Amino acid sequence: MKRTPTVGEILRAKGVSRRGFLKYCATTASLLALPPAMIPRIARAIENARRPSVIWLSFQECTGCTESLTRSASPTVEGLIFDAISLDYHHTLQAASGEQAEAARHAAMEENDGGYLVLVDGSIPTGNPGFSTIAGISNRDMLMDTVKGAAAVVAIGSCAAFGGIPGANPNPTGAVSVSELVKDKPVVNVPGCPPIAMVMTAVLTQFLTFGQLPELDKFGRPLAFFGKTIHDRCYRRPFYEQGKFAESFDDEGAKAGWCLYKLGCKGPTTYNACATVKWNSGTSFPIESGHPCLGCSEPGFWDKGGFYQPLSTGHFGSGAKLAGAAAAGVALGVAAAAAGRRRQAKITKEA
Amino acid sequence: MTSVDEIPVQVVGQHGNVRPILNEIMHALDRLLESDEPTIIDLAGLPFAPGELEELEATLGTGELTAELDALGSSRIRETAYPGVWWLEHRNAHNEVVGRYLEITRTPEILSSQEADIVAGRARLEDRIE
Repeated sequence: MKRTPTVGEILRAKGVSRRGFLKYCATTASLLALPPAMIPRIARAIENARRPSVIWLSFQECTGCTESLTRSASPTVEGLIFDAISLDYHHTLQAASGEQAEAARHAAMEENDGGYLVLVDGSIPTGNPGFSTIAGISNRDMLMDTVKGAAAVVAIGSCAAFGGIPGANPNPTGAVSVSELVKDKPVVNVPGCPPIAMVMTAVLTQFLTFGQLPELDKFGRPLAFFGKTIHDRCYRRPFYEQGKFAESFDDEGAKAGWCLYKLGCKGPTTYNACATVKWNSGTSFPIESGHPCLGCSEPGFWDKGGFYQPLSTGHFGSGAKLAGAAAAGVALGVAAAAAGRRRQAKITKEA
Repeated sequence: MTSVDEIPVQVVGQHGNVRPILNEIMHALDRLLESDEPTIIDLAGLPFAPGELEELEATLGTGELTAELDALGSSRIRETAYPGVWWLEHRNAHNEVVGRYLEITRTPEILSSQEADIVAGRARLEDRIE
């Protein structure tokens, strides 16, 4: 494997002071959702970390995940590419194309055999191989060929993690997730439609900093970001506890910023970091903009009923999940559920 | 209208997310006084309703000392009206906020001259003299 400079060496060569480095480490701790007390350990680890080679494969996807990544503010995507990782293959961002691009992929695989990361966005069709090809190679063959020498695979976005929209009923291409095909390598799922940019860069930074992958939940998602529900961290949660709900998008409750549970918010059953990490450089997240959470980071979110149907109408998730979500404020939840069913019945009747 | 900043936003309602942080700060000040143990609160990890971050900043106010740091983008380190409580805001090269912290300490570490920078600076001075 070729000798690559450490991140500490790269930053020093750029004239970054120790103060600047400490700032970098503080924002990295925040990015990894680690306590600030970890900053000295992060500083030591980053000093000696070497840039890993990254190969990014795009299959049945919409480029939304890449669009999200390129809007990462901390670190910026260019900062990540030049300082923290060596992005050796990415259709959208690389200058090379055709045979040159494929040659770059093979060169990165050979030079970093056993140590490179493979990032995948998009699901993989298992029906006709011609449904989706790159340079004449089917998605499935390219994935299985590329992961052979990888240290780990990161499935970026709900399509790669769970099949996503291509895998939604009736799934015409036989789309599957990465983990349904890759069984002999560690697979980290970073779902979301798209995922939060900082969560994507955090997984890369964690691998770079500590040489290991983050702790995962039962769906292979990093616990640091997917360990709590949107509802748990929502600033509107106090209104849920008080039984104050918006009944429509233009009523007084909506204007007062009350809980969106009865308008179909999937926050109680959705594990993600939107409520604290937020979007667009920390500007806001959907609920803050007055729209319910769609639950896009959960498996099969596309097939779980209408986005505006309250959870209590039973289309989203199992009863057990809902019971868990409603553990706090049970009485209010039950009242909201009953009201939600009445509202749903009214909608159905009117339709 | 040319930017999102021009969209008028009316903040209504009280969500009550500021008061718990003020309590946390008070406990951190107790620790600082009793055992000289500093505390860092990462504001990115806490839920805030629109306007609450501004409410927290206004409540803490501005104290006697403010410093600007120019390293990998700008940073502002400001002692609040409550001595020992510092508001740190880090920005990247694109001037986007990448971190906000409250440090409850006597002096934030980032304000101190760092060993590695002193060594490098001394070498530069030596080169200049020779």
